[in-house]
Amino acid sequence: MDIKDGRTVKGVNFVDIRDAGDPIELAKVYVEQGADELVFLDITATVEGRKTFAELVGHIAEEINIPFTVGGGISSVSDVEKLLAAGADKVSINSSAVKRPELISELANEFGNQCVVVAIDAGKVDGKWRVFTHGGRTATELDVFEWAKQAEELGAGELLVTSMEHDGTKGGFAIELLKELNAITHVPIIASGGAGNAQHFIDVFEKTGVDAALAASIFHFGEVPIPQLKNELRTKGIPVR
Amino acid sequence: MIAIVKYNAGNIRSVTNALHRLGVEALVTDDPKLLREAEKVIFPGVGEASSAMRYLRERGLDEVLKSLNQPFLGICLGLQLMCKHSEEGNTDCLGIFNENVKRFQSTKEKVPHMGWNNCSELKSSLFNGISTADDFYFVHSYHAELGTQTTAQCEYILPFSAALQKDNFHAVQFHPEKSAEVGQQLIKNFLEL
Repeated sequence: MDIKDGRTVKGVNFVDIRDAGDPIELAKVYVEQGADELVFLDITATVEGRKTFAELVGHIAEEINIPFTVGGGISSVSDVEKLLAAGADKVSINSSAVKRPELISELANEFGNQCVVVAIDAGKVDGKWRVFTHGGRTATELDVFEWAKQAEELGAGELLVTSMEHDGTKGGFAIELLKELNAITHVPIIASGGAGNAQHFIDVFEKTGVDAALAASIFHFGEVPIPQLKNELRTKGIPVR
Repeated sequence: MIAIVKYNAGNIRSVTNALHRLGVEALVTDDPKLLREAEKVIFPGVGEASSAMRYLRERGLDEVLKSLNQPFLGICLGLQLMCKHSEEGNTDCLGIFNENVKRFQSTKEKVPHMGWNNCSELKSSLFNGISTADDFYFVHSYHAELGTQTTAQCEYILPFSAALQKDNFHAVQFHPEKSAEVGQQLIKNFLEL
């Protein structure tokens, strides 16, 4: 869920929901439907907005009973301290970790690596997978595979990998990228970007070995209902809750 | 009154939230008198074993906790601290349970064990209305070995104690407060003990 000034942005098209912009309402629907984890990403750029987000995290923790990760604009131990104290289970860092990789170790040492998720936005430049920052707007020289290994060594407990080539296409996950990343790292990988139907989830689990898959708009719009998706995965012998 | 043991471990907020959702207010305290008077005591925790034990000993809370007679529920690190010894920081623990706590060793599987998993050999009333097909949410790098006090097993890398019980002392390795409906059922079962 992308959050701006305390509200869910990106379109939401649920039927049984009173207020589609309220992240807590939406979160409750997902919990009921059987989502295993939720991710809330603050895309607000203002100081006021950040404060609203921290308050929102507290309310989410009061209302939902599954693990959730929060991210967006985190650049210090004290940022994380506030979010975890508010009740978040994990935090996700992206641009700030690329800028200052030691942040990963600082957070892992202070809070344990189980709550440090490093988000990697991967895009192709001249045929090579490079790390992008600032919501995918800035290309870096960093090689995605080298960065993933480095993030793990520094103490990342999980990697949330989004292929910008696939994100929004609904054409399936980045199978080759995810397969190779899963082979060279030892922490759980959450695949993101490209989910359009249940078969895409089956493919990503069967072909890459990743531990989890994330989607946003197809759930928001009810195109692939979570209970139905889980049934299809179960039919294929993929263990799900 | 339900008391939650206050010590240098995180995750207390999510337990108070879970109780609140069940309409139960809890008191977070390290006052021995209040802990003794509580109807039930919950011992949560996410943290490191040796520093947590040091904290409890410095305040004499180790002896207080061991002497409690009311229903008591340890969660995650709480379970591990109730065991005999932990490899994490090589520390002696409370010794309520005979089992020892070991680090997961695997070159193949990922550590920590993080995610949803089911339990088998359910032997405690904490699991009333819960089946071996139901999943709980786990996050841990250390595990209690199987033993005579094991009341539920989970298998990850090897079979380990997902729950333990001795008299009034109950403990679970997973996080019921993060385990959706099933976790809520377990907390309800504890509250009804």
